[in-house]
Amino acid sequence: MDLFSEYGSAILEAFGLTLRLAVFSGIFSLILGVVLAVFRVSPVPVLRWIGAAVVYTFRNTPLTLVMFFALFGLFYQLKIGASQTAPLNEQNFQLAVIALSVYTSTFVCEVLRSGINTVPLGQAEAARAIGLTFSQNLRLVVLPQALRSVLNPLASVMIAMIKNTTVAVTIGVVTAKGVNEASGQMRTMMENEADQIVLIFIIFAIGFMILTLPVGFLAGWASKKFAVIR
Amino acid sequence: MSASVLYDAPGPRAKKLNWLYSGLVLVALLFVAWLVFSKFKETGQWEGEKWTPFIDADVWNNLLIPGLLGTLRAFAVGSLLALAFGFVFAVGRLSPLKIVSIPSAVVVEFFRSIPMLLLMFFIYFLQPSLGIQPTSIFWAVVLGLMLYNGSVIAEIIRAGVHALPKGQSEAGSAIGLTSGQVMRTILLPQAVRSMLPAIIAQLVVLLKDTALGYVLGYSELLNQVKQLDINFHNLIPAAIVVALIYIVLNTILGLVANWIEARTRRVAHTAGPVGATDTPELQTAPAAGMPSGIV
Repeated sequence: MDLFSEYGSAILEAFGLTLRLAVFSGIFSLILGVVLAVFRVSPVPVLRWIGAAVVYTFRNTPLTLVMFFALFGLFYQLKIGASQTAPLNEQNFQLAVIALSVYTSTFVCEVLRSGINTVPLGQAEAARAIGLTFSQNLRLVVLPQALRSVLNPLASVMIAMIKNTTVAVTIGVVTAKGVNEASGQMRTMMENEADQIVLIFIIFAIGFMILTLPVGFLAGWASKKFAVIR
Repeated sequence: MSASVLYDAPGPRAKKLNWLYSGLVLVALLFVAWLVFSKFKETGQWEGEKWTPFIDADVWNNLLIPGLLGTLRAFAVGSLLALAFGFVFAVGRLSPLKIVSIPSAVVVEFFRSIPMLLLMFFIYFLQPSLGIQPTSIFWAVVLGLMLYNGSVIAEIIRAGVHALPKGQSEAGSAIGLTSGQVMRTILLPQAVRSMLPAIIAQLVVLLKDTALGYVLGYSELLNQVKQLDINFHNLIPAAIVVALIYIVLNTILGLVANWIEARTRRVAHTAGPVGATDTPELQTAPAAGMPSGIV
């Protein structure tokens, strides 16, 4: 098919960029999500309020707008979020990762919190009874069990995040060669090849399935393997 | 398990420590706030002329209200269509006929696994080749919203039906109802009732997703931020105001969800152990595992 001979490498590069966005955002959103979850169950009231406020704000703001703030607020006004000397495409990549990570971390936080709720009361009580502090209790007893019980919903959040990388088209994230991430590349191709819209759509749809399906399967397998047997 | 079982009721020393930590965190927070404030001041974001447009009736009449209406119109049409789509495909997937249930499952799983932006682009660029002129951005946005959120709603309703005790459909069949009648008169009403909070949570997602229309150039709230910036050079204030509008809209939807949840829990019209679906564990269990509440 001539579509592949003409665009094959660009499609691969676009999905490579999508994958890079997803991997970085995945790592940072998990870290930030755990921090937010710890904030939300901590004994310090101010930390709880901050956690709740951050989650509430970002859950109720469209990701498109969060991307907007990352570019225009964080970067243009505050001059942070990305290196000023980095090439333009790297700057926008870093900003998109920040926006995606913060946005996704609020969902990670809520999933973890629901996981903490599934840990039986006796576990935390026993931990306290043997004299563990709050942080030991959380680190050694509650969070490991909570994490293991929410692998499936956590995978749903990560799948949603992979799909959300497409929103990076708002601020225009491109590779060094100027190739957009998947949604932007698809738009370019549809603009140029108006007679092959359906085929182009199917190619990109399959691309996203290749990215998201393994996450779901992996989570299904892992949640069985690491299930907390009670 | 509530947060409080993770730590003992604070004694005098822990109370003092908590106050100390709270104080330190507050100081850090204030410092960050001051940094942002002073930086914004440096770049002139707090200047009066950037904010006065928002107390000008003309700005609201000509930019913000039309933007809000654009968002609400896409939301209203999108959510009605998504609900209809969700119902049809939930029932289809639950159908005893394989010839109906398998295609329904394929459709639902397909649209759930595709980023909504791709759907919107696809519908947008497909229109000319179908002979639809002029190309409608509105319908590209709305149909994209419908296909994705409708698929998620279909799964929510299906989970709701599965959460009902088997006796419900068995009793229906026993008194001679057809499987369609059982679905319509017994299972769906109860499933929708118990899943209403999850459905509304998905509508919150749908409302947020209308902002994707910005990418296609649909004139909704986010596009008006650009317009405001062109007119008054106040991108940041405009984005802050629009973010607040979104948060208020979503809060209203959230309050409706809470109200309905409280109401359905109080009046349990369902028979026997179905009341079990009113317990929060069961109600949140199917919803928690679903991608609902997620864009």
